[in-house]
Amino acid sequence: MASESSITTSSYIKHHLQNLTFGEKQIETAAGTWEPTGQMGFATTSQEAAQMGFWAINVDTMLMSIILGVAMMWFFRSVAKTISTGVPTPVQNFAEMIIEFINDTVRGSFTGGKNDLVAPLALTIFVWVFLMNLMDLIPVDILPLAVAQGAALFGADPHHVFFKIVPSTDPNATMGMALVVFGLMLYYSFKIKGTGGFLGELAFEPFGKMALPINLVLETVTLLAKPFSLGLRLFGNMYAGEMVFILIATMYGAGLMLGSVAGLLQVGWAIFHILIITLQAFIFMVLTVVYIDMAHQHH
Amino acid sequence: MNMNATLIGQAIAFAIFIAFCMKYVWPPIMQALEERTKKIADGLAAAERGRHEQELAEKRAQQVIHEAKEQANDIISQAQRRGNDIVDESKESARVEGERILTTAQAEIEQEANRAKDELRGQVGTIALAGAAKILNREIDDKAHTDLLEELVSRI
Repeated sequence: MASESSITTSSYIKHHLQNLTFGEKQIETAAGTWEPTGQMGFATTSQEAAQMGFWAINVDTMLMSIILGVAMMWFFRSVAKTISTGVPTPVQNFAEMIIEFINDTVRGSFTGGKNDLVAPLALTIFVWVFLMNLMDLIPVDILPLAVAQGAALFGADPHHVFFKIVPSTDPNATMGMALVVFGLMLYYSFKIKGTGGFLGELAFEPFGKMALPINLVLETVTLLAKPFSLGLRLFGNMYAGEMVFILIATMYGAGLMLGSVAGLLQVGWAIFHILIITLQAFIFMVLTVVYIDMAHQHH
Repeated sequence: MNMNATLIGQAIAFAIFIAFCMKYVWPPIMQALEERTKKIADGLAAAERGRHEQELAEKRAQQVIHEAKEQANDIISQAQRRGNDIVDESKESARVEGERILTTAQAEIEQEANRAKDELRGQVGTIALAGAAKILNREIDDKAHTDLLEELVSRI
């Protein structure tokens, strides 16, 4: 906690914003110059993590998101296996409620005819993103502390073990999902409109054949803005929310008075955050459906 | 906050989850939901049909009851009519019988009376003649006076 004299508020915040990164270990030979060591391992500082470059992986993001994704799939699969058309069990009822909600939303937004992918895609996005966002409501120190103490058992320095439990506060996670959505958009654009149709749309709209370069620039930006806004919106909202939780958490160390204020603030923000995490999951899902629907539309 | 290979890892994980959901989760649940929707719709339709049939049966039953009542009323009024007729008939026959008895009696009485009258008439003539003969104490033309007396008697 921030009350430990060795940790300043600033380092506490930085510690919480650093992912557990696995990659080629780097060593600072002189101030500002880093050299690869050729060994693989976890980064012990933010600078080292940054120096690892692209071929490093945020283990905490991957671990949390895959655990949550597998839990989600296990839940729905177990319902799907035992589903009955008679009187549903409470668990089945809960799953059906979610699925019907998704189905209604997709039917309302998607007009591209029969498509077996969109609805399961929307379900995956909504539930997975919701679960990832939900990790935000776990008090910020609990899991990182547990992981750090656990790592200490294996001889690591607990102060240099990072663990970020909210995968959607990692831009890699949100942009990775946006990338898949972008791929699907491109796939359906080419499939439905044909290569000529899709490229023609990029080149000849909105100003006609005479303004081809302008059209191309405008349409490409429009196209690329979709996955970027999709991924960055979720990341931004979750990052900001997480930041507020961390800032509130720093107040706990500042005496009884501020500590109790922080308690109230945390409860208030958490309640408000329930709305945000659901809303962001819903927005990600609806926008994905809309983008894929747009890929189906002929202009 | 560094962009790194997590991006690709996440994309792959996401794609796998989508594929799993699309193959093993969505279709069975959706199929079950549709089946249940159909079942409920069928059930509702059957219930509606049953209610309709019950309504019809009720209507039919009421009609039958109504007809039966009408028939019963008919039978009762017929019986009453028949009863009245019988009473009237017996009254009439009693009256006729009475009248017949009366007329017979009257005829008999008249006959008796006539017979009595006749007898009386004969006796009166004889008595009158005897009386007159005794009173007058003289012979009288029996024949002439008998005629006279007979005329007198017939006028009585």
